[in-house]
Amino acid sequence: MQTLTKLPIGSRAKVIAVHGNNAITKRLMEMGVVPGVTFRVVKSAPFGDPLEIKLRGYSLAMRISEADAIEVESE
Amino acid sequence: MAIASVKSKDIRSVKADVRVKTAKNDLTVALAGNPNAGKTTLFNQLTGLRQKVANYPGVTVERKEGTWNAAGEVIRLIDLPGLYSLDATSLDEQIARDILTGNIYDIPKPDVVVAVVDATNLERNLYLVTQLIEFRLPVVVALTMVDVAEKRSLGVNVKILSRMLGIPVVKVTAASGAGIDELEAAVLRTARSTDRPKASWLSETIQGSEEEIHLSLTDDASANKQIFARYGFISEVYQRSVTPIDTLERGYSEKIDGILTHKFFGLLILIGILLIVFQSIFSWASLPMDLLDAGFGSLAELAKSSLPEGILTDLIADGIIAGVGGVLVFLPQILLLFLFLSILEDTGYMARAAFLLDRLMRGVGLHGKAFVPLLSSFACAIPGIMATRTIENPKDRLATIMIAPFMSCSARLPVYTLMIAAFFSGQYIFGFLSLGAVLILAMYMLGIVMAVIVAFILKRTILKSPPPPFVMELPPYRVPNFKTVLLNMFTRAGIFIKRAGTVILAISILLWALAYFPRTSAEDISNIQSSTAAAAAEGSPDEGIQLRNSFAGQLGHLIEPVIEPLGFDWKIGVALIASFAAREVLVSTLSIIYNTGADSTEESPSLINAVRDAKKDDGSKAWTPLTALTLMVFFVLAMQCMSTVAVVRRETNSWSWTIFMVGYMTGLAYLAALLTYQVGKYLGFG
Repeated sequence: MQTLTKLPIGSRAKVIAVHGNNAITKRLMEMGVVPGVTFRVVKSAPFGDPLEIKLRGYSLAMRISEADAIEVESE
Repeated sequence: MAIASVKSKDIRSVKADVRVKTAKNDLTVALAGNPNAGKTTLFNQLTGLRQKVANYPGVTVERKEGTWNAAGEVIRLIDLPGLYSLDATSLDEQIARDILTGNIYDIPKPDVVVAVVDATNLERNLYLVTQLIEFRLPVVVALTMVDVAEKRSLGVNVKILSRMLGIPVVKVTAASGAGIDELEAAVLRTARSTDRPKASWLSETIQGSEEEIHLSLTDDASANKQIFARYGFISEVYQRSVTPIDTLERGYSEKIDGILTHKFFGLLILIGILLIVFQSIFSWASLPMDLLDAGFGSLAELAKSSLPEGILTDLIADGIIAGVGGVLVFLPQILLLFLFLSILEDTGYMARAAFLLDRLMRGVGLHGKAFVPLLSSFACAIPGIMATRTIENPKDRLATIMIAPFMSCSARLPVYTLMIAAFFSGQYIFGFLSLGAVLILAMYMLGIVMAVIVAFILKRTILKSPPPPFVMELPPYRVPNFKTVLLNMFTRAGIFIKRAGTVILAISILLWALAYFPRTSAEDISNIQSSTAAAAAEGSPDEGIQLRNSFAGQLGHLIEPVIEPLGFDWKIGVALIASFAAREVLVSTLSIIYNTGADSTEESPSLINAVRDAKKDDGSKAWTPLTALTLMVFFVLAMQCMSTVAVVRRETNSWSWTIFMVGYMTGLAYLAALLTYQVGKYLGFG
């Protein structure tokens, strides 16, 4: 399974699924991280974590542990 | 289906307009929207200064409402907290839901909900709108940031958007007021209409009453299905109503972030910004603070000289005027801090700071968002603790509250300043570093280090919980709205005066009474004077004996055995007891204790000299540089602030946590002070 964490900075990809059922995955989905949406990995913070992605015209920051729940497919 | 409903509504609106003029009942309108969608700017534009800020009972969510005069109609406008969703995973969302469903006791169910939607971020903003429609609420969309969107050639077709959503959509530019008239008309029209849009994206099986729809949310699988259904519908709306552009391209915010959240320069700039903020707070505030201080000083003098002598005059001059002055003197610093915080927040930088620092904060077990409340606590723990409500996880929030008072607040500064002026002024390390500045920095660092240690322990013991999630929007950089920033600054200052001010004033009067009563008669004074040598050693026998025999003096003597190992005598004890009300009270209490009496000598030495020259009862010096340092260490760590205690009680809704906080902080302060004094003495200082 390819997750968001494994994508190089600057790459674009598509969300396949958000795994796990908890408040975090729900929040991610509410923020628009749902299967089918495309995004771009923007950067990682100074200590390598959190990550910033751009989707639906806005920037979203999340930790690596949270990004690990997002299954993706490179474009 | 949706098209038909809009048409029928237009016909009805003609009749509605007639009814508007005769309607007597005020309308209630709720303003809902994502954070950073321009909701606050619109709220300020609609209400002007007719607004009030409070809290929802029992919780910490800020309650903001105002009066909106819309085309002759008086509307009660409720500003909901910024929301991404109504699914009640956070306290803010829970409150918003309760308001929208009419479950807050003194707010009627809103007649209309104005959904503020950021045109540059249409898809995610529409998510909340789809939920509002599912709640069967009459919704009007106020589309903001249209000008910004158009600059990016992101054109939004309002007609198609309105038709597909089945609700009115109005373009507004909050700052200039453009579109406000149309918004008023749409809101009044909708308020009189009985038409409710249909949530066409939900399958027939879950169409139903709002209870039925949201009951199904307890089931995870169908909850996810609903989220997908909403976004599916939104994508459809988006594709049809918006001219397509590449929404993933590098925008100007990302270019700015190339520097501001740069792996190396980002942190340097963050430190630089904080330095500038604190430097400005301390240097710019000092002049108005001195003026206020002097002003209240002369006011007290004036009261004493123009009013007849007696208890009442003493109460007014030394109790009330001094108490009010003690509160207001912190206003310049608080105003400046909130000015900077509002600017950092409104520009979008605050989210970047959390992004940059999250990894570090997590090392302690806290959320990047805890950074903001902790930063605010450097001015005053009260707004800082109030700001922890942005942290969703209750345990993380509690841990942040528990350590917030370790940040050296502005009330500690007078204490540090006095001690440094009395014992460490004019001394330099390596010939150029002022010892005073180094000591102040050391006190700040001591507080931070202790906070880190305590948070680390708390998060691994009684507040054990998995690391808090960090899913956060990095909003686009924006030029802050001048009016919003100023309004925010004055609102916060008002809250400080109301919540902290009243307590500080009450305590000042109480302390005045403790030191004033019981009165020692002149006859007793002369008796004591002739019989005790110790009293004769006092700078001012009258005042000294009065204080010694007062309730405060008795309390000071009572705790003397406990504080003696810290090098403190009973007079410092009196000041310590007094400063449990508020730290800065130490300074005024010391000036009362060491006051040689304005009536007796014309050349009363200043407080600094009085502290330097103060003697213990046995005639030895009451203060040494080591005593001063010990006192400073105690003040960094001890929970000495009635107002903070009151706020913590309110925010945690628990006496046990409040008492725990007072206990552990003061215990820690005692141990650290003991260590400082005893080690210092052993090393030959003192």
